[in-house]
Amino acid sequence: MGGRDATLVLLDENGIRCDGRKVDEPRRIMIKAGGLKNADGSAYIEFGDNKILVGVFGPRDVHPKHMSNTDTGILRVRYHMEPFSVTERKNPAPSRREIEISKVIKEALEPAVMLEKFPRTAVDVYIEVLQADGGTRCAALSAASVALADAGIPMRDMVAACAAGKAADTIILDVNNEEDQAGQADMPIGYMPSLEKITLLQLDGVLTPAEYKKCVETGIHGCKIVYELQKKALTDKYFGNGEK
Amino acid sequence: MASTSVIDELKKSQILELLEQGKRVDGRTLDEPRKLIIEINAIPKANGSARVRLGDTEVICGVKIQPDRPFPDMGDKGIFICTAELLPFSHPSVETGPPGPDVIELARVVDRGIRESHMIDLTQLVIQKNKSVVGVFADNVVVDYDGNLFDACAYAATAAILTAKTPKWEMKDDVPTLVEGGESHVPTTTIPVSVTMGKIGNYIVVDPNGDEWASMDARITITTDSNGNICALQKGGNGGFTFDEVIKCGELSVKVGSKVREMLKQAKERGQ
Repeated sequence: MGGRDATLVLLDENGIRCDGRKVDEPRRIMIKAGGLKNADGSAYIEFGDNKILVGVFGPRDVHPKHMSNTDTGILRVRYHMEPFSVTERKNPAPSRREIEISKVIKEALEPAVMLEKFPRTAVDVYIEVLQADGGTRCAALSAASVALADAGIPMRDMVAACAAGKAADTIILDVNNEEDQAGQADMPIGYMPSLEKITLLQLDGVLTPAEYKKCVETGIHGCKIVYELQKKALTDKYFGNGEK
Repeated sequence: MASTSVIDELKKSQILELLEQGKRVDGRTLDEPRKLIIEINAIPKANGSARVRLGDTEVICGVKIQPDRPFPDMGDKGIFICTAELLPFSHPSVETGPPGPDVIELARVVDRGIRESHMIDLTQLVIQKNKSVVGVFADNVVVDYDGNLFDACAYAATAAILTAKTPKWEMKDDVPTLVEGGESHVPTTTIPVSVTMGKIGNYIVVDPNGDEWASMDARITITTDSNGNICALQKGGNGGFTFDEVIKCGELSVKVGSKVREMLKQAKERGQ
């Protein structure tokens, strides 16, 4: 996705990244709870240049019926990118990548959602990427947690997500599109800060054991920043305009 | 279209009762469309984009422009394709998967309105005749549903096209190559405006909302161009229209359409 610039300097001599950030600085993050009228819960996130809308329905009847489980509710997640969300128009049909991301996000959310309270029902999470710029799965997961909370679905914790990675031999927080393309490693992390549990973890790229540890730490640090913004989004919606 | 969940028969009779007194459920007059809000450049990564709210119906359209092979019988014309899709969170009844007949109709009607008005001057979008042309793709996604997706999608697509900038390509070694700094507006000739009317009992209402949409016997979507000519029409639903009604709808579409066109013009100016 996106053109590659051969002359791009990922990290300059002052430790400033190609988009002007410091190594441990996330992009601008804005999360809004609610917004959709028909969905039971919803959220909108802007994470750098990513723009993602999430809508949640449920708990509701399961269609097709054979998918339902008499012991517990089920969670279904669809991650989908709009044709206009990336530089080259994307075919609207779900790609293998989107199917995989849907699955990892679902598995990242399942530990947080108390599905056992709603046997034979489904909770559907629909994620629509309006504009993508690296790190969509983390932004989507963070927004999905807020949308689930907005829908009033009982949860053990919210999942906050942020990526860490390596570019120009340095561990960096919140990998952007350029750094993902030209960098050395990308590690998306989903984390429940109150329960201190990692629910999503992927990595592509090569890291030494020390870098690996630093990378996870950096990612979790990012998740905690996101977590505060998730809570703020919900407080803003339910307790007035940011007075709290 | 997201065929609204089972509507209360009570609601339906209430809608009809009100119409008999010349009123509508949301307080509008019969020929009054809902409040239209057009936000342009909602998706900066697209070549053109618009987010449109028509009452509580919300649509985002992104325009992507890229080189493509021409259709075999139209080597001297660029390509225009318009699609529409209902996002699964737009209504509880929407399911993922391939689009059903309603959604396919929606996409085709919106596409036809713009195509038949010759809004985009496709003859200016040729890179090399019979070999390479510019393709303009307008993809609509419905974010929230409250009836009348036809007009909401059409306005979103039109606003996105009016404000879209196309890059420039030249043939180099048989490949279309981007020319730096060659951006220009998409060449347009007219502003098509679609107006959808529903027939409930013997009443014609402009821009039916979700409840009216679920109650109506038939609908008609008419697209007019800047000259006030009708350039596309689609009737739907299992009821019928009388001749007089069809004529009246034509007049309504010109009258209502001209007001909407002013808003689209303003959106275009904001995008200059």
